[in-house]
Amino acid sequence: MTTNTGAIEALPPTSGSRARRELQRALRSFIAAKWPVVALLILTGVLIAAIFGPWLAPLDPNRQNIMLRLAEPMADGPRDAVFWLGSDALGRDVLSRLLYGARISLLVGVCAIVVGGTIGTIAGLVSGYFGGWIDDVIMRLSDIQLAFPFILLAIMFLVVLGPGVLNLILVLGIGQWVTYARIARAQTLSLREKEFVEAARALGDGTLSIMVRTILPNILAPLTVIASFNVASVILAEAALSFLGLGVPPSVPTWGSMLAESREQIIANKWWLAVFPGVAIVLTVLSFNIMGDWLRDYLDPRLKELG
Amino acid sequence: MWAYVARRLLQSVIVVIGVTLISFIALQIGGDPTYLYVSERASQEEIEAARRALGFDRPLHVQYLSFLGNLATADFGNSLSYRQPAMDIVLGALPATIELTIFSMLVAILLAIPFGVFAALYRGTSVDGTIMTVAMFGQSIPNFWLGIMMILFFGLYLRWLPISGHVPFLMPLFQGDVITAFRNLPSTIYYLIMPGLAVGFYSLSRNARLVRSSMLEVLGQDYVRTARAKGISETSVIVHHALRNAWLPVVTMIGLEFGFLLGGVVVIETVFSWPGIGRLVFNAINQRDIPVVQAAVIVLAFIFIALNLVIDLIYARIDPRVRLRK
Repeated sequence: MTTNTGAIEALPPTSGSRARRELQRALRSFIAAKWPVVALLILTGVLIAAIFGPWLAPLDPNRQNIMLRLAEPMADGPRDAVFWLGSDALGRDVLSRLLYGARISLLVGVCAIVVGGTIGTIAGLVSGYFGGWIDDVIMRLSDIQLAFPFILLAIMFLVVLGPGVLNLILVLGIGQWVTYARIARAQTLSLREKEFVEAARALGDGTLSIMVRTILPNILAPLTVIASFNVASVILAEAALSFLGLGVPPSVPTWGSMLAESREQIIANKWWLAVFPGVAIVLTVLSFNIMGDWLRDYLDPRLKELG
Repeated sequence: MWAYVARRLLQSVIVVIGVTLISFIALQIGGDPTYLYVSERASQEEIEAARRALGFDRPLHVQYLSFLGNLATADFGNSLSYRQPAMDIVLGALPATIELTIFSMLVAILLAIPFGVFAALYRGTSVDGTIMTVAMFGQSIPNFWLGIMMILFFGLYLRWLPISGHVPFLMPLFQGDVITAFRNLPSTIYYLIMPGLAVGFYSLSRNARLVRSSMLEVLGQDYVRTARAKGISETSVIVHHALRNAWLPVVTMIGLEFGFLLGGVVVIETVFSWPGIGRLVFNAINQRDIPVVQAAVIVLAFIFIALNLVIDLIYARIDPRVRLRK
């Protein structure tokens, strides 16, 4: 899914004033590119919805109201409330579910990246640093996983494990480790022989210390770029799995499961059930993609020349 | 060449073993797999009997070996809901899935080339801007949501295209009924348009961006300038000189693309009630019909592995650099 990542190189260690100048340069390029600013605003909005959802939501997202089921957007809700974005087949408020859904979608996305990123980075560091048979085993494992369309793998595990937020995070996370492992390995291979690593070794640092304190900080930049793209594809995968009924339990509102529930109402033309959660997903994923694009161009201007 | 073929074959064998191991682990990971095969109201004796009948009382390595044995004879046991061999059900649904995958692949590749080329030729204009903006959206839209939106707009609102249904082309072809197959073809395509576009749109967007950037790179190369200097018409320069190299990045991704599209097809089939493996898996998930899920996933994985092997071997035949690279 991430294609052109090979060209990204680790930034050299920076000192204080250089770091500040670097930051200013980044900020200027960020504002000049315009779209990343819009993307950042959208993501901030999603983040606010995720954190303050319970306070922002006009109604209880799981409160059923059979009398007011399938109400159109702007229709009157229970008591003085309004169904701004309509109500679903059980009379639950779509806007409230959307706000709560932001929480699960972001939580699953970010946690899966943390799980996959951690496993992958450790595997890549070990693989690149030690080489030999450890490297062979780890790389063959990643070959096997790449030879297996991810969604099939996820279906196979989730159908046995059953739906649940934790299971979803684990499966999505394990689905992503290969990307991080490959980048971390390639970076470690090239850094292993550099002078500053040699120096650390000469000073008597242990293997673990060299890997964690000397090499790791220098391979984090490219891994961050991958992560920002990756959140986008993980959110898409979460939506797809929830849509198949393999995501979270039905009582937990997520954007994917809202779309799954909308499926039965499409023929009846209850468009609001499908349109709003989808727009939420598209805007979030699009923003992550735009941010990722900018970050990649910024860290590797050579690619931008072509763009 | 033969050394490369041998190495690539060995790789595929390792991957196949890995896939079987993963599917075996997946089955065991939730604890005693017997519970996946019996009804929730089963008594303790019934569970015991099922455990013995299914062989889950044996040591794990024995179970894995017999799992491999069953695989070799394509025996996944009977479907829990249809009471027929799971494999037969999966193979029956396969042609519809292949039709959809191939169609979406054609969409993803054949449409990406003109869009990418036009965007590159009109770089910086509104043509370029529009194509690239649509492509950026295309990479951010969940395929199943795109499917739902197309059903709402083209199916229910405009009434241009059918929202579900399938006319078989491959099935009669496989059965030797060529006349029926080709008589069906126009309606097959008519029913394929919406689900095919929904599956292929993500790849179409990515490929259009790929073609555009490699086209821009190629257009700046010396041999393109030479071709122009020779006085060859601009169309000929683009089609015969530039495009030949510009679409290579797309071609090299065909194998991976197939796996990716296959994943999309599994989801889209449930949206359009397409009678393929995806919808079968979806129903099997809801009925917790484990043998069908396993058979479907393994069949798809094997097709993917075999296809990638064939594509790699073809590349090695065409491009010597591939087989000489370590």
